[in-house]
Amino acid sequence: MTAAGLIFSNIHDASLPELTRIRTIASVPFGGKYRMIDFALSNMVNSGITKIGIITHYNYQSLLDHIGTGKDWDLARRSGGIKILPPFITAFDSSAANMVYTTRLEALLGVMNFIDRCNEDYIVTSDCDVICNIDIEDVLKYHEANDADVTIVSKKINPAEYPLTAHTEVLTSDDQGNLIDVMDYTPRTTETEISLNVMVFKRTYLQNVLLDAAAHGYSSFYHEVILRKIRRDNIMVYRYDGYYSIVSSLASFFESNMKLLGNEAREGLFGIKNRPILTKVRNSAPTKYSADAKVVDSVIADGCVIEGHVENSILFRGVKVGKGTIVRNSILLQDTYVGNDAALNCVISDKNVMIKDGRVLSGHETMPFFIGKGKMI
Amino acid sequence: MLKKKECVAMLLAGGQGSRLYALTTKTAKPAVSFGGKYKIIDFPLSNCVNSGLDTVGVLTQYQPLVLNEYIGNGLPWDLDRTFGGVKILPPYQGKTGADWYRGTANAIYQNIEFIDRYDPEYVLILSGDHIYKMDYSAMLDYHKAQNADCTIAVIEVPAEEASRFGILTTDRENKIEKFTEKPKEPDSNKASMGIYIFNKEKLFSYLRADEADESSSNDFGKNIIPAMLAAGERMYAYSFKGYWKDVGTIQSLWEANMDLLGRRPALTLNDESWRIFARHNAVPPQYVGGSAKIENSVITEGCEILGTVKNSVLGAGVKVAYGAIVKDSVIMDGTVVREGASVKYSIIDSDCDIGAGAHVGGDKKKAAGIAVLGRGYRVDPGAVVEPGAMLPED
Repeated sequence: MTAAGLIFSNIHDASLPELTRIRTIASVPFGGKYRMIDFALSNMVNSGITKIGIITHYNYQSLLDHIGTGKDWDLARRSGGIKILPPFITAFDSSAANMVYTTRLEALLGVMNFIDRCNEDYIVTSDCDVICNIDIEDVLKYHEANDADVTIVSKKINPAEYPLTAHTEVLTSDDQGNLIDVMDYTPRTTETEISLNVMVFKRTYLQNVLLDAAAHGYSSFYHEVILRKIRRDNIMVYRYDGYYSIVSSLASFFESNMKLLGNEAREGLFGIKNRPILTKVRNSAPTKYSADAKVVDSVIADGCVIEGHVENSILFRGVKVGKGTIVRNSILLQDTYVGNDAALNCVISDKNVMIKDGRVLSGHETMPFFIGKGKMI
Repeated sequence: MLKKKECVAMLLAGGQGSRLYALTTKTAKPAVSFGGKYKIIDFPLSNCVNSGLDTVGVLTQYQPLVLNEYIGNGLPWDLDRTFGGVKILPPYQGKTGADWYRGTANAIYQNIEFIDRYDPEYVLILSGDHIYKMDYSAMLDYHKAQNADCTIAVIEVPAEEASRFGILTTDRENKIEKFTEKPKEPDSNKASMGIYIFNKEKLFSYLRADEADESSSNDFGKNIIPAMLAAGERMYAYSFKGYWKDVGTIQSLWEANMDLLGRRPALTLNDESWRIFARHNAVPPQYVGGSAKIENSVITEGCEILGTVKNSVLGAGVKVAYGAIVKDSVIMDGTVVREGASVKYSIIDSDCDIGAGAHVGGDKKKAAGIAVLGRGYRVDPGAVVEPGAMLPED
């Protein structure tokens, strides 16, 4: 059983415009030292997948910077490793087939070359908006045991607890795990089985499906491909029961980060033996707490210097909190500088933000106050 | 061969560090942890890279396993190079026999071929037991400007401590006149930092002569330097100003860690212009719980703090449970301090387990000395480890 991976780096950019104005959703910082893509990448690497293509569309400079040679995920390989797959556009052909993709299916069609060159039995795909630590090896075993053509990882959730949008696909499946129906999410209150957009394909099956889709001019993967194949082919769901959170808006980015202050999220993401979440090494010094520092209920990365109060917050690498400053319920991204005697509540500051002495800023959990990259207040 | 190197650094990392007792039973001294996420050897290695030296031979002998694995291909220090980079140099078997490194000079002698591969003009000799940030390229410039055969880095130490060091006496132009190991009555306060730059040819000829002398103990301080002085070679002292600490003893290792604390710390590690690199494992950021109290401390990734931490330095993944107290201590990676336990004025090596309600060490002002627990030591729940105790691993 061998598998190659494909990661969609841009597919959910639109749901988080504040943070993706200058980057892909894959490279949105998360949890103090990570980027969203680290979860998809680590899940694959921890399951023994060592050939991974990353499908990019636009805004991928920060992603390239993060991935580098792939060494930090042990993916700097002679054979396999990480391949960045930028959009493929032919200068002399302006037909729709050669435009930059806008959907999952078109993105897959754009990387047919990569898929054709794989000799692995299976292709595993993943998006970057889901935060989870999932054993993909187990999904592959399930896929193989069922001799499935496609296996879609699903999770049963209570919509009241998760901020779902119309982009979420709702799945209906029978007791044996056969997929019966797929539809876009519409507001509801009952327990719902949704797709995590982590999928396993038989490689040859995927190749055939893509050729067929190209010939028919399909553009929607779930609606035009999966729905058509549901009765004829063996399409299964794999029910994931581990920790999960989704980033589908600035408010849910805030909430997903804040969940790390609870044991369930930290255990479910970082506490699983032999399945570490890997990320780019930055080489920061350890964090320094001054004699006046007061820190409670927070997740703090390395390289911070804390002289004030920090409560219920996430501090990324290299954040400075000055004397007499109070930071509450906030997420301060890499190298945010907060001067003395400032007060922050429900603030999300992007990288390299400078908040001067005495500033008082506040948002609300449902509408965090967002400060763009490099801004000075 | 691609191209020659102007200067090759040779880092002596084979020493046992016997005065660190329990901390070095399974590890060579350069691989002892420091400052939360570093090892002692990160300092000379980072200094090399920051000084533009990209060829470093690391001479290992005593308990090299941890050190070899740690250095690996040298990538964390950007020393994974196609030509040059960091190379581990253990003693080896030659055609005419095998030999351990018999002394610092002999260790370099046995690796003359390694140095010659790069055809350098200069050889920089370093040791792996000091914490300092130093620009070796400035020292090399000085060496060249003086047209010296050998330059020794010196630091001024308080007169009353001078007898613990190798002391250099110089003339007004910093030309070395006398070198005495640990003099009873020092006539200078310029202590050798154990950092030498030699012209390669001169070094090689003295190493060969020293090797032929059967009575020699094959040591730089005892044999090579005195021999060169006696022969009237051009030898200069290069004065270094800045933080420098020999961490060869439990007390000095503790002090150097504490130098990271305070409002104006003697040693800072988040200096962007002179970064200290280290090999990192993938661990999540630290979590500070609602009941935590942290004061004047340095804490790194993977830690989980639910208790009290004061005036301490904590390595990666250290857990301090509810009601536990850590004070005036250095705790290395992976150690767990369980509910209600206390650790005071101690150095705790990696992966120790301090059982619930146990007490290690004592109040800094009253304690007889620093309590030390070796790698993986387990303290039973409720047990007491006396101040100043020295307990190697189980």
